[in-house]
Amino acid sequence: MLINLFHTVRSSGVPCTLRELLDLLGALEKNLAFADMEDFYFLSRTILVKDEKNYDKFDRAFEIYFKGIETLEDIFEALIPEDWLRKAFEKELDPEELKKIQSLGGLEKLLEEFKKRLEEQKERHEGGNKWVGTNGTSPFGNNGQNPEGVRVGGEGGQKKAVKVWEQRQFQNLDDSVEIGTRNIKVALRRLRKFARQSTDYELDMDGTIKSTARNAGILDINMIPERTNHVKVLIFFDVGGSMDPYIKLCEELFSALKTEFKHLKYFYFHNCVYESVWEDNRRRTQERFLVQDIINKYSADYKVIFVGDATMAPYEITNAGGSIEHWNEEPGGATIKRLCSHFDRVAWLNPVPDDHWDYTSSLCIIRELMDNRMFPLTLKGLEEGMSELSK
Amino acid sequence: MKFTGTKNYVSTEDLSMAVNATIALERPLIIKGEPGTGKTLLAIEVAESLGMELIEWHVKSTTKASQGLYEYDAVTRLRDSQLGDERVKDIKNYIKKGKLWDAFESDKQVVLLIDEIDKADIEFPNDLLQELDRMEFYCYETGETIKAKKRPLIIITSNNEKELPDAFLRRCFFHYIQFPDRPTMEGIVKVHYPKIKKALVKDALDLFFDVRKIPGMKKKPSTSELIDWLKLLMSDELPDEILKNADTSKAIPPLYGALLKNEQDVQLLERLAFMSRREQTK
Repeated sequence: MLINLFHTVRSSGVPCTLRELLDLLGALEKNLAFADMEDFYFLSRTILVKDEKNYDKFDRAFEIYFKGIETLEDIFEALIPEDWLRKAFEKELDPEELKKIQSLGGLEKLLEEFKKRLEEQKERHEGGNKWVGTNGTSPFGNNGQNPEGVRVGGEGGQKKAVKVWEQRQFQNLDDSVEIGTRNIKVALRRLRKFARQSTDYELDMDGTIKSTARNAGILDINMIPERTNHVKVLIFFDVGGSMDPYIKLCEELFSALKTEFKHLKYFYFHNCVYESVWEDNRRRTQERFLVQDIINKYSADYKVIFVGDATMAPYEITNAGGSIEHWNEEPGGATIKRLCSHFDRVAWLNPVPDDHWDYTSSLCIIRELMDNRMFPLTLKGLEEGMSELSK
Repeated sequence: MKFTGTKNYVSTEDLSMAVNATIALERPLIIKGEPGTGKTLLAIEVAESLGMELIEWHVKSTTKASQGLYEYDAVTRLRDSQLGDERVKDIKNYIKKGKLWDAFESDKQVVLLIDEIDKADIEFPNDLLQELDRMEFYCYETGETIKAKKRPLIIITSNNEKELPDAFLRRCFFHYIQFPDRPTMEGIVKVHYPKIKKALVKDALDLFFDVRKIPGMKKKPSTSELIDWLKLLMSDELPDEILKNADTSKAIPPLYGALLKNEQDVQLLERLAFMSRREQTK
């Protein structure tokens, strides 16, 4: 029931779920697209794809699916690097099974054979003992009995298959790391602090009841300003050099921040914050802002976020003159300390994965300076950081 | 009940299929596309061609999801209680029904247009999940559950200013209106101006697609701009040669104000024209 199409579409990277498949089947039941390939294409695209950026992926999957199964080999090759699979294979096998695999001439041979049979096979198959399909004893397919088999798609009935190709556990891992603008925005919502300062008014129910009662029952309506987000945020971005690999992530964070907060000021620095920072990267040499001025200008209730990988030579933090760009009279660490003591709430977001943090000494120094208020730039880290800031 | 476009609206095959799937399975349909490709117009035309009533809900940045359900007017009730109005005893008198309530309550199936959903707060779509899924909601003040008598046909438009949450998308169908190709465009022009001279259309379309092809354009002219521009051209009764000779590389098109909505784009075009004229005189 189109489950193969569904899997092809999913494995080409279009996010669709069982719900959409059921919808599609429902639509077919109502005879929306009968015996017309193009109609079916439009129908399935409307139902399965939810964003125009996925149209292309869908088109390719659709083409592959209907062109015939022989081209599947290409996507297998394109999507799953072979050495990953082999490693995952070997991890999942116990010694006994490894021995059994030898019965077919080793893992390499098994994979080879799989590709060959895919090429030979042109149609869906069930039962039997050679072709890729379901419920058979061939080494390839689903729900089968062969212990050294390769499971192709779907749930395994016998818990014996070596590998579920289409489950693509590697891709799932990727998904969980990915943090899009929307996710960031949702995480940033934690930082909302509502204050009644706007010009829109709404009825103050409690106040009205109270003052009406005091007025001996003569109605006295009270209005109060509506609540709006009033949190003020100051951001320092590390740019250039070692931050280059994280540009996309930082851009996403930045665009999310900009739409979420009305009171947002941002500055840039390189590697470590020294006595001055800049606001415009093109005029970083002419137009600099003294950190002391920033401290004087912005009150302590501003939330301060540093974004940087904190990866540099340790002397760039600890020594006067340690900056790689200019002569700094005062070590960068002192500037960071001063910022931390002026502002009530500070946090450092670090795009470097947190399990690498202990291996870079400058990172440890910054972490110490920040009193451990450093958070990885992942969704979880962002949420922790925001709850630290909103405490 | 099938939608195939109307005499005022040219619907491509894929768009018709999306609308028909929506009709058959009674799921909301999200329409995206460049501004001016007829997203809002679609809802109006679908309602007309199916003979249904259209309920429009235009979303703004301050719109809250609950406003689409109902609003409780406490102030009026308090005032009425002072004046001893009889109506005050029934809280129902002070519930202002929202667009969704109207749509659910209707005895006949209606078309509900939720226009520009991306303008609202980021949580707005999430607040409507249950309501759109089950087509029912609970009114706390009166303690009643409002359930759709006939599931309305919901058409939602978005300009992609904010991403919509996955959970919301799952419950909807999706269609992206592509910018029409030349034959479709000719069809659209014919629908709007049946008496327009064929030559004029051809020249104008040539020019129009040329302008769209210029790289670096801030806002490319779209269908609705083309229609406006043609209207101007016709009312002005320009001699045919002007359009024919108006190569975008040599001069900016006549009455460009209807096509280009951005000062920088006009300047860009003027600069290009100037540069190519200079090339020729060399």
